[in-house]
Amino acid sequence: MAKFSLRVNGKSQTVDAEPEMPLLYALRNDLQLNGPKFGCGLAQCGACTVIIDGNAIRSCVTPVGSVQNKAVTTLEGLGNTKKMHKLQQAFVDEQAVQCGYCINGMIMTSKALLDKNPKPTDTQIKEALSGNLCRCGTHIRILRAVKRASGQING
Amino acid sequence: MKTPVLTRRQFLKTTGALVVSFNLMPSAQKAFAQFAKLPSGDIDPTSLDSWLVITPDGYVTFYTSKVEIGTGVITALAQFVAEELDVPFDKIKMDAGDTNKTIEQGGTTASRTILRGGPQVRQAAAAARLELLKLASTQLGAPLDKLTVNDGVVSVIGDATKRVTYGQLIGGKKFNAKLSVKGTGWDMVVAPEVKPKNPKDYKIVGKSIPRVEIPRKVTGEHDYMHDVRIPGMLHGRVVRPPMINTEPVTIDQDSIKGIPGVVMIVREGKFVGVVAKSEWSALKAAHALEVTWAKPTSKVPGTPDELFTFLKNTKPVRSAKAVDKGNTATALAQSKKVYQASYRWPFQMHGMIGPSCAIAEVKGKTATIWSGCQGPFRTRGRIAEILGFKEQDVRIIYHEASGSYGRLSADDRAEDAALLSRAVGAPVRVQWSRQDEHGWEPKGPAQLDEVKAAVEADGKLTVWDFTDYSQPWTVSGSTPLLASLQVGLRPNNPGGNNGTQASGDFYTVPNHLITIHQIDWHFPEPIPLRTSNLRAPGDVARCFASECFIDEIAADLKIDPVEFRLKNLTGNKRGIEALQAAADKAGWQKRPSPAPASNGNVAKGRGVALTNLSNTYVAVVAEVEVNKTTGQVAVKKMACSHDCGLIVNPDGLKNQVEGNVIQGMSRAMYEEVLFDSTSAVTSLDWSSYPIMRFPDMPELELVLIDRREMDPLGAGEAATSPPAAAIANAIFDAVGARLREGPFTPKRVLAAMQKKA
Ligand code: FES
Ligand code: FES
Repeated sequence: MAKFSLRVNGKSQTVDAEPEMPLLYALRNDLQLNGPKFGCGLAQCGACTVIIDGNAIRSCVTPVGSVQNKAVTTLEGLGNTKKMHKLQQAFVDEQAVQCGYCINGMIMTSKALLDKNPKPTDTQIKEALSGNLCRCGTHIRILRAVKRASGQING
Repeated sequence: MKTPVLTRRQFLKTTGALVVSFNLMPSAQKAFAQFAKLPSGDIDPTSLDSWLVITPDGYVTFYTSKVEIGTGVITALAQFVAEELDVPFDKIKMDAGDTNKTIEQGGTTASRTILRGGPQVRQAAAAARLELLKLASTQLGAPLDKLTVNDGVVSVIGDATKRVTYGQLIGGKKFNAKLSVKGTGWDMVVAPEVKPKNPKDYKIVGKSIPRVEIPRKVTGEHDYMHDVRIPGMLHGRVVRPPMINTEPVTIDQDSIKGIPGVVMIVREGKFVGVVAKSEWSALKAAHALEVTWAKPTSKVPGTPDELFTFLKNTKPVRSAKAVDKGNTATALAQSKKVYQASYRWPFQMHGMIGPSCAIAEVKGKTATIWSGCQGPFRTRGRIAEILGFKEQDVRIIYHEASGSYGRLSADDRAEDAALLSRAVGAPVRVQWSRQDEHGWEPKGPAQLDEVKAAVEADGKLTVWDFTDYSQPWTVSGSTPLLASLQVGLRPNNPGGNNGTQASGDFYTVPNHLITIHQIDWHFPEPIPLRTSNLRAPGDVARCFASECFIDEIAADLKIDPVEFRLKNLTGNKRGIEALQAAADKAGWQKRPSPAPASNGNVAKGRGVALTNLSNTYVAVVAEVEVNKTTGQVAVKKMACSHDCGLIVNPDGLKNQVEGNVIQGMSRAMYEEVLFDSTSAVTSLDWSSYPIMRFPDMPELELVLIDRREMDPLGAGEAATSPPAAAIANAIFDAVGARLREGPFTPKRVLAAMQKKA
């Protein structure tokens, strides 16, 4: 066990962990951040996605020891029910959720996309989300929500 | 009569007509449950106070054992409560799924939550409104028929100064009123003598009210099961065997010596688990623990081919005739031409994105379980049995988990957590690994369907003889679950029935026979591949067989596939309208299949399929492109019509139907559980069990048929069935090759094309 200092959602935090423990467990269990979800632990589904230095990263396979002093953003870092990020608001406006277990990954991956490409085409959005699985079949609404957040659908 | 289709304009009108605020903090005043109890200790459904509580500020807390599983039913049920009580929607709070606070209304399964639970909730709310009016009548000195209610305020018609609020009438007090109740669970009939509102006066039911929990779900504030933490909680993991009919021979405790924080290795019968202080340690320990398992003795089919032969040749544990009309044997013998084909459907999985998770706290002879189960009372029964407790000494507290599709009916994880908690004497949280979830979730059974039919010259079916072979659900109702089996409990029945619908049962045929055989080869020993209800149970396979077979006959007769179906739906108004609505939406061109041969490497085709599930009608038209060289199929577009009676929440319904169609398409195109000759599942992750991804999503257009004169029916499953048949029929239309086995992988498509050539 060792101490690791993390910068999560703009705050400095310390966790006591084995260096190879995936970041996901530190976020969920040590920092009580429930946005990122465990889905597979195999980098196959995207449920655990967080943003590190601007990139959408699978926190289930990222050792906590490798992210020291890097800027980690989780779903909670985007906004909350009182003040939502435009992506979160767009998912509500489009009711782009069924069970919602995948939605953390959808929003975080889209956030990284929109930061680099503010007006993506349908094909670019689908490509960016191709590694994110949704079993409820919410794809049509998720696609619309991302377009809405990028200002390409109104009202 | 015109089909009552919701046009886009009306849709926007219904969705836009009501400004709704989110119900994040429903009430400033806390509601305390005021239920009455039965002698057993359970909540008494004949007491109105057991159903709802109204606080002085006029907020309503409604108690229900129905739960939100990601389908929006809790919002829909809350709409009924608000409607019948004439209370604003945002003053309704649903308290769902706690066995110590709610009436057993049956599980949230089989698309029956709106169908059966809806009327229960509606009647209880209507009965409460009547009681409130009686109180107001006394207080305001006016007869009942001179009273009106608006937003929870009762006033005298014609004299608005005479008014009293629900909060003033009953706030914090008990109704002390009796309800007449017949039956239990799903079948419970509540206060049938109370007259509910006329649907034409509905202001809230029928509106697209946004789902109440969605804001919390997009911000990480929703308390999913996986996010529940109990003080003093430890973390457990179960070490599963490679296959069920085996037991541990040795457990090497030294193999996990270096892992910090391990509290205990638990063994009970064949059940092995570890408990640790942190989740990471539990996970590592479960992974590292060296267990040798005995070689399994039973011989099981090791390949799909062996399996289907086996299904065909094994004596069923149960057979039933779902439809038996006329005399099919004689009629077939007298027919000039008999059509005949058989269809195979693989084992498929629910595939929750979040794996199973539960927490148990066993203290002395009582237990509290936190779980995301579709039937809290069912889980209570299972936990009582495995622990040997009285049912009422077990409390289940529901938290929504990952989308379920039937998976969360069988509460394996609660049993795991209960055994581990009892062993260590502390609360234990269990979460399954991805590999365990894929490997051990109970699967949708593989199915073999054989169909024979004959037609008259004018294209009317004279004979329809459909036979379905599949496993029963080995985990259903009261059958023991995984840990139960491992500690030695045995089922006392061969499990639930994999359904009978979507078998051509809604066509009008003079000689009509539908036979269902259930094959269980190990009963009462545990069955190797566990099976259970997978969304639209059995229907995806049967709809694939029956609706492709209909298409085969139509093609042989050179009749347009829609027209051929219409000829045989005589008098089935809703079936006909659903079929036509989907065809119209898709711009269906009338002509027989296959399409005229095309030049070039990509062939286009369209196909249709119709289904009925518990009286909900759905038709789907699929448009595909087939690459003639690779056999790759792209599903470009789907049109889906949906008639589930009265629509409670149009946008919520659309969300459900879209999900069903996409999931049905995914099952048709990609999904097949593979296993080996020891019955060990080998599809253990998302690369060996692929599902549809964004780049492959089709365009989708819906037609919602709203029937205000009907009760609302279920919408959680029906639209899952037709995509497979519609896509297979579209592939035939494109390249003239028949697929009689799913999923429609490039390899299968190429093989079918070669066979035809
Ligand atoms: S949980 Fe990390 S990708 Fe699935
Ligand atoms: S909404 Fe349930 S998995 Fe995507």
